[in-house]
Amino acid sequence: MIFEVFRRERKGQPFQHAGSIDAPDEHFADVYAREQYGRRQESVALWLVPRNALHEIDDFPDEFDLKYRRVDGYSIKTRLREARDRAGTLESAAGEA
Amino acid sequence: MSDRSDLLLAIADDELFLGWRNSEWTGIAPFLEEDVAFSSIAQNEIGHARALYELAARELDTTADELAFDRDADEYRCAPLVQLRRLEWARTIARHWLYETADEIRLAILKASDDSEIAGIASKIDREEAYHRMHAEMWVERLLATGEGRARFNDAVDELWPYALGVLDDALRPELRERVEERLGRKLPDAEPVPRGRHETELRQLWEEMTMVRRSAPTGARW
Repeated sequence: MIFEVFRRERKGQPFQHAGSIDAPDEHFADVYAREQYGRRQESVALWLVPRNALHEIDDFPDEFDLKYRRVDGYSIKTRLREARDRAGTLESAAGEA
Repeated sequence: MSDRSDLLLAIADDELFLGWRNSEWTGIAPFLEEDVAFSSIAQNEIGHARALYELAARELDTTADELAFDRDADEYRCAPLVQLRRLEWARTIARHWLYETADEIRLAILKASDDSEIAGIASKIDREEAYHRMHAEMWVERLLATGEGRARFNDAVDELWPYALGVLDDALRPELRERVEERLGRKLPDAEPVPRGRHETELRQLWEEMTMVRRSAPTGARW
């Protein structure tokens, strides 16, 4: 069985994925996880989760490239440059007129 | 040499030799996670040996390294149980479990010692040994769970039983027998203990290997 190991480095901090353990059962996983992720005082707590208990989602379609819906927003830099370029074109067109 | 340093050296030698023997599995243990765990246990045992040698060294006006590596093979006091080379998993686990069971009995006495240094070091060692006992018990449970595992493990225990008795003094042996019989759910044969001080042929072989690098360097070399 493969167990995913999450460890908490200090009290109050979130558990973060640390790696995994390949063990015949939960009892072995307990002993090996302590050995590999806790014995050097690098963790204050561990979570062991059988890999097959995890529900994984890895498909996130964004067919129309709707950047404004993304958590990091869309980059304003590109838009600004495009706007400036357009304005520049307008100015030179006005000068010519 | 006082009774105190004699006792410290006996336990330190046990831990050094067992640590060394367990480390022979590094790289070839049955599977990767076990390799990591068993190697770590081996390192712990050698760490315990160092702490005990340091305590003895202060009394004997020498150093831990000199005690660990500069004595002649005949001078080691480790129990024959830890001298044996048994690179077979059921025997390794049987030795590991029998030793940890005996060591727990011995540590309980030392933790209650009037000598605060001895009581202190015994408590520290015992806190790490708790992991080793957990690891040993996990394997005992696993081996006893199937017919083949049970047969191999029981054979190994029977073979090593006289050696296990030799780890402890006379007075503590009945308690070891009681604990082992209770866990296995069967009686063990009356056996003549293989006493501390007896040297198996494997002791000298291991000593040759263990001290080889140190002996190859001139006295006083710094590492």
